[in-house]
Amino acid sequence: MDLIYSLPQLALQLSKDFFGVDLGTYIYILLKTLVLIGCIVGGLQGSVAYLTLWERKLIGWMQIRMGPNRVGPLGLLQPIADGVKLLLKELIVPSGANKGLFVLAPVLSVAPAFAAWAVIPFSPEVVLADINAGLLYLTAMTSLGVYGVIVAGWASNSKYAFLGAMRSAAQIVAYEIAMGFALVVVLMVSGSLNLSEIVNAQGRGQFADIGLTFLSWNWLPLAPMVLVYFISGIAETNRAPFDVVEGESEIVAGHMVEYSGMGFAMFMLAEYASMWMIAMLTVLMFFGGWQAPVNWAVLAWVPSIVWLLGKVFCVVSMFLWIRASFPRYRYDQIMRLGWKVFIPVTLVWLVFIGVWMQTPWNIWT
Amino acid sequence: MTIEAIIFYFFATILVAAAVCVVTVRNPVHAALFLVLSFFTASGIWMLLRAEFLAIALVLVYVGAVMVLFLFVVMMLDINLDRLRVGFWSYLPLGATIGILIALEMGLVIMAPRSGFGTMPAPVEPGAGYSNTGELGRVLYTDYLYPFELAAVVLLVAMIAAIALTLRKRKDTKYQKPSEQIKINKRDRVRLVSMPVEKKES
Amino acid sequence: MLENYFPILLFIAVAISVGAAPLVLGRGVSLLLGTHRPDSEKLSPYECGFEAFEDARMKFDVRYYLVAILFIIFDLEIAFLFPWAVSLKEIGLLGFISMMIFLAILVVGFIYEWMKGALEWE
Repeated sequence: MDLIYSLPQLALQLSKDFFGVDLGTYIYILLKTLVLIGCIVGGLQGSVAYLTLWERKLIGWMQIRMGPNRVGPLGLLQPIADGVKLLLKELIVPSGANKGLFVLAPVLSVAPAFAAWAVIPFSPEVVLADINAGLLYLTAMTSLGVYGVIVAGWASNSKYAFLGAMRSAAQIVAYEIAMGFALVVVLMVSGSLNLSEIVNAQGRGQFADIGLTFLSWNWLPLAPMVLVYFISGIAETNRAPFDVVEGESEIVAGHMVEYSGMGFAMFMLAEYASMWMIAMLTVLMFFGGWQAPVNWAVLAWVPSIVWLLGKVFCVVSMFLWIRASFPRYRYDQIMRLGWKVFIPVTLVWLVFIGVWMQTPWNIWT
Repeated sequence: MTIEAIIFYFFATILVAAAVCVVTVRNPVHAALFLVLSFFTASGIWMLLRAEFLAIALVLVYVGAVMVLFLFVVMMLDINLDRLRVGFWSYLPLGATIGILIALEMGLVIMAPRSGFGTMPAPVEPGAGYSNTGELGRVLYTDYLYPFELAAVVLLVAMIAAIALTLRKRKDTKYQKPSEQIKINKRDRVRLVSMPVEKKES
Repeated sequence: MLENYFPILLFIAVAISVGAAPLVLGRGVSLLLGTHRPDSEKLSPYECGFEAFEDARMKFDVRYYLVAILFIIFDLEIAFLFPWAVSLKEIGLLGFISMMIFLAILVVGFIYEWMKGALEWE
């Protein structure tokens, strides 16, 4: 991290030395921020590229296949080959499509998926924007993801795309409510919208005092919320088994059917970036973020970022495991699960935790 | 000019331009998306006023929920654009008069010496530990209890009205009830009939 | 406070360009290599091999509007819950009970729509 921060300083020094002008603090802050943003965005794009490879590998192994293994050693260059292929593909704008909106839709779906990362803390010190309304900002950004889908479906002027977009929109909004309620329960016990504080609050408690930090994390008292949040996250990102939106066997690729080349790649980028996002939030809110599971001296040398990324990787692999294991849901069942199971469950748990917090046995003081 | 002023004028210009586009563009979907843009920039301006919670809630509620409904409606209603344009010029004088009147009224309210807008102090910079959301929560659920519960009633009325207006039972659906399906027993469906073995014609 | 939001503003700008740049790049590459060769068959909307026979922007089931309206109401409810959850430890029993009444009123609505069958997707 010191290296990252030292880069803008170096630039400042260089500009002073060579041009004899002081760029001023504004430029310094601007450069520092841009470098950090570049690190996050670049890291995320790399993670997305290799998540596609990991997905194909893991599902391959689960189905007793090899997975991609031709491009580079162990298929490690596969994502790069895919990227180049998509770049060289022709970008088709179908006749009758609304050209401006057709091009705008992929941007609308990528931008919120990336912008949400601005408030994520990667360790106690490294956070780009340490705002007091972090979780609120995240909720707002996630709620914007639906625009890319709706605009793509409408602008394509194709029946499949439109049908897929409408299905997707109705599904996303249903699960967004369940996710929102689950987040509110987390807020109740941590008493702050700041993500770093939510993580720190999980390190306190009776179990943490005797070294078993993982029993003090939110997942234990909020176990139903973890399930609701994670499953809603899968539905929100339109992943299997909730992928009726792009169910290949019924409405081909849904809202993306008319997209080719980079346009298609952007939708995929947004989907996988959202998967990382959901995994990251699950870890930050329920599994103690960067905290080590046990507070033993033996593990003290492990840097906190390793714990965070390790946990996130496990959660993201759950997405893939679920995709490999479950058959696709039927659409009316998806809607029933969202409205009639998840929302009542979260409401009941919200009241339960609220009552608990009013009693003398409140563990979150 | 400070950075903050530059950002304000940036947002304000986009806001006004987007708002003008909302009423002038021909395509209703474009108009709805311009409205989204104007909500966004308005949220930026609220943020400059240090209204942290309200600024993000504007994006969350209006952009994330209300405008999705707007888009649903304008996309699916199959609006005939040409028919909407009929009579534009005959309505223009009346519309313009009302518009100017509203603008005048708003101007009077804002410019009036008693309104206090001119003497309004600039928003103070809150401290590091200040949470706008927390401050709001501290008063909303205790001091403003009555309006808060009224909001719940208003939402309840909206919910019931929406159902009463739009809920139609469709007759032509072939809906499956999984709970009934798995409760089906062999006895309910299958009847074993004993048939005498057919005699062979010799 | 605002200095914490400045990185977010920048990040949003970068995020938009992350979405837009590859599209521009893809267009540039296809112009350069001459892979952009559209014809009327290629540009026709996908319809399982049929000619597209009418405008795709059709009227939809009113149920979608109902879902969208219910979503707005629940989203507002969540917007009300956020400040409450943050300040719950300070507003005490009164604040807790006031939210329980708020939720009770809305649960009445929720039960009503459930009983009416508004949540059924037929």
